[in-house]
Amino acid sequence: MTNKLINPTRASEIVKNSIAKRRAKDNRLKLYGRIAIGFAVCFLIFLFSSIFIKGYPGFFQYYVTLDINFDRERIDPQGDLSDNSLFNGEASKIVNEALFTIIDPKGRKAKKQAKKMVSSGKDVRLTNLVKSNPNLFGTISSVKFALDDDIDSFLRGYIKRETPESERRISDQIIKFVDKLDKEGRISYEFSDYILNGSASGNPEMAGIKGAFFGSILTLSVCLLIAFPLGVATAVYLEEVAKKNKITELIEVNINNLAAVPSVVFGIMGLAIFISIFGMPRSIPLVGGMVLALMTLPTIIISSRAAIRAVPPSVRDAAYGIGASKLQVIFHHVIPLAMPGMLTGTIIGMAQALGETAPLLMIGMVAFIVDVPNSVMDPGTVLPVQIFMWADFAERMFIQKTSAAIIILLGFLISMNAFAIYLRKKLERRW
Amino acid sequence: MFNFYLLLLILLISFIFFYFGYRQAHILKTLQNQKLHSLSHYYGLYVLLSSLLPSLGLYFVLTICDDVVFAYMIKTYIPLDVLNSKDYNFNIVLAQIKNSVDGLIFGAPPQWVSDTAEIWKTWVFKSNIVTFILCFITSIISGYFGFLKINSKFRSRNAVERIIMTLLAISSVIAILTTIAIIFSVIFESIRFFVLIPFDEFLFGTVWNPQFEGAERAGSGQEGLSQYGAVPLFAGTFLISFIALSVSIPIGLFSAIYLSEYATSKERAIFKPLLEILAGIPTVVYGFFAALTVAPFLRSSGSFFGLDVASESALAAGLVMGIMIIPFISSLSDDVINAVPQSLRDAGYGLGSTKNETVLKIVLPAALPGVVASIILAVSRAVGETMIVVMAAGLAANLTANPLEAVTTVTSQIVTILVGDQEFESAKTLSAFALALTLIIITLGMNFYALHIVKKYKEQYD
Repeated sequence: MTNKLINPTRASEIVKNSIAKRRAKDNRLKLYGRIAIGFAVCFLIFLFSSIFIKGYPGFFQYYVTLDINFDRERIDPQGDLSDNSLFNGEASKIVNEALFTIIDPKGRKAKKQAKKMVSSGKDVRLTNLVKSNPNLFGTISSVKFALDDDIDSFLRGYIKRETPESERRISDQIIKFVDKLDKEGRISYEFSDYILNGSASGNPEMAGIKGAFFGSILTLSVCLLIAFPLGVATAVYLEEVAKKNKITELIEVNINNLAAVPSVVFGIMGLAIFISIFGMPRSIPLVGGMVLALMTLPTIIISSRAAIRAVPPSVRDAAYGIGASKLQVIFHHVIPLAMPGMLTGTIIGMAQALGETAPLLMIGMVAFIVDVPNSVMDPGTVLPVQIFMWADFAERMFIQKTSAAIIILLGFLISMNAFAIYLRKKLERRW
Repeated sequence: MFNFYLLLLILLISFIFFYFGYRQAHILKTLQNQKLHSLSHYYGLYVLLSSLLPSLGLYFVLTICDDVVFAYMIKTYIPLDVLNSKDYNFNIVLAQIKNSVDGLIFGAPPQWVSDTAEIWKTWVFKSNIVTFILCFITSIISGYFGFLKINSKFRSRNAVERIIMTLLAISSVIAILTTIAIIFSVIFESIRFFVLIPFDEFLFGTVWNPQFEGAERAGSGQEGLSQYGAVPLFAGTFLISFIALSVSIPIGLFSAIYLSEYATSKERAIFKPLLEILAGIPTVVYGFFAALTVAPFLRSSGSFFGLDVASESALAAGLVMGIMIIPFISSLSDDVINAVPQSLRDAGYGLGSTKNETVLKIVLPAALPGVVASIILAVSRAVGETMIVVMAAGLAANLTANPLEAVTTVTSQIVTILVGDQEFESAKTLSAFALALTLIIITLGMNFYALHIVKKYKEQYD
């Protein structure tokens, strides 16, 4: 030792003098930790509230109430309520006339502008009404129609009256019409018919998530049907059956690596293998589900293995002791006992798959598809991809609809995760 | 629909065989008083599997093969003048025919396309019938042979267990197959890309400007309009990851230290799951948030200080991505710090050190390999992240270190190139596969390195 020993009184003095500093340092580290967590939590709250505030109005939209004269001759010229007959009818003309009687546009130009005030889905709405209720024929009843998205944005205050006409998306003429409708109490702000029941549409006032929602359900079902059995079987094989050798080790390393592969790469694999080589069609939930299944497989395998490992050996020994075969031990005892853990992992994997976007873009689920997919072979899209597509559109109203769709997606994710936590709490056993 | 009904039929037949097998074993047992080796339902299961598996296997082989065979056979039906024309490309012709078969007709296809499509349709019809008959017969015959095996000496349980064990082993091979599929799907296209574009130009070129060949021809007729220098993409990826990590490393590490060393168990129970929610939010939501809330905020606050912030800036994408990967660092580091034995801490306290000194000088060094591994995994996550950069970082391939400008990344270029209309065989499409290959090499390399660090520097305390 080169340095001399300090005498004890001096030493205790040094310690005493430095103690306040050291304590302060300690408190500072604690404070940094609190700040870090506080920052993350604040961001989380900010993210959720910002999306909620933006998305909540997306569930509502402005409607105009019009008195429609349900003239059978004109709406349903063939009188058989067939699609063909209704298509040849004059539904949108009738709606326009009802509108004109209230706002009374003068001249061709004003009429042309006025026609665009009511959403272009007006004829479909009218024909759907008479299809579901033919008794309406011959009556004059008031019907609510969605207003065009520009007028919606105007009523919400995003398009300002003060802006000069040339920079506004709607003309002075239309503002006058809207004022007139408003004065007569024709305009109402109500829960949107379209956000839940509508499908993809270029008109933001008619766009909804129905198609994407069913696409998500189909894709997730395929994913679950493939990933769950495969994942559990792999986990059982690796934990209970396989001998520890080079091949098992290779499989284990592989699974860990797959968990680290970026999701977009799985999409490229789907494009190259399933679509190019196997010749499967693009944009279908079947391919989407298969890609997502391969992507979530590592998650399910890893959590299932953990669940199987948690089953105590005494259970197996007891079963062997009364003469069960290996497979009977596995299927009658180990799997049922490990099931809660396996299910939890599967639900978390499914939640991950539900929120995944990039691989599905690769296999073409980004196409603009109006029809709701009925089977796994119909082209479709999924919720996150729908959000991605809407986020790209310029119309102001799509921002609200996108946020509304995000709220729905987050709602599903949170309930899935909550269910997983509940399952774990409820069924978990400590040995 | 045909496939669905066929599969249903195969299943139904196998269940019927299960019943017969079960009944046969039951009859042998009760009526003839024979002693069977296994329980009755194992005989049923054996007959079920022996009917189901061969026919199912045959079905998959046939359905996968028929398209390939048709594509080979259709070559003889393509008219000679098309075959000999200069821009003949079999894949495009095949796509045309297939679209016509599926009823997707764009404009007016030439007569020979609709003719070959008709021929194709008759083949599909014939192959459906052949598949149906073959699968049906296979399922019945193989099921019947399984049924014939039932007698008192046959050990059906062992046979069934052998089959199931094999199935389990096969399913575990899927993981390896997936890896092989991933590697093969990018490697061949990448090789074709590197035949067109020299390897060093891709790796060291500083201009990224991919164009479709059609656009090239439509241009002024210059050769080599496209440029495939990936350096701007790597730089953009690096820049955004760097921003993300400078957000997530301090926040993640301090949170981990606080949660594992200072927090009460109640605080831990609340804040750990809260932080993990951040990892569960879909990336498309982060992207939307970055593009519509963070980017405009940065832009307006930038102009307040007289800075010109691009509407799609690396900073916005990086900040939001940093938030996203906080839980990857905090959760993993928290686990590692928790795994440091209490005796080390107690020794530190015993020597009179404060908590701060214990944590920074004893616990953290002991947990360092795990912490470093968690950071490496977070980096690989940041490099592979796609949606945030697609939505918030832009597509301009600027070679810049200024976080206020728009940059592009490897993943966002892959998405832009491969989404929408593609021209197969063009260098632009192939470049996406070369980018994917580099992405895989980078992320897998990091993963291996992280595992290596954990293995090499792991301290054994017990």
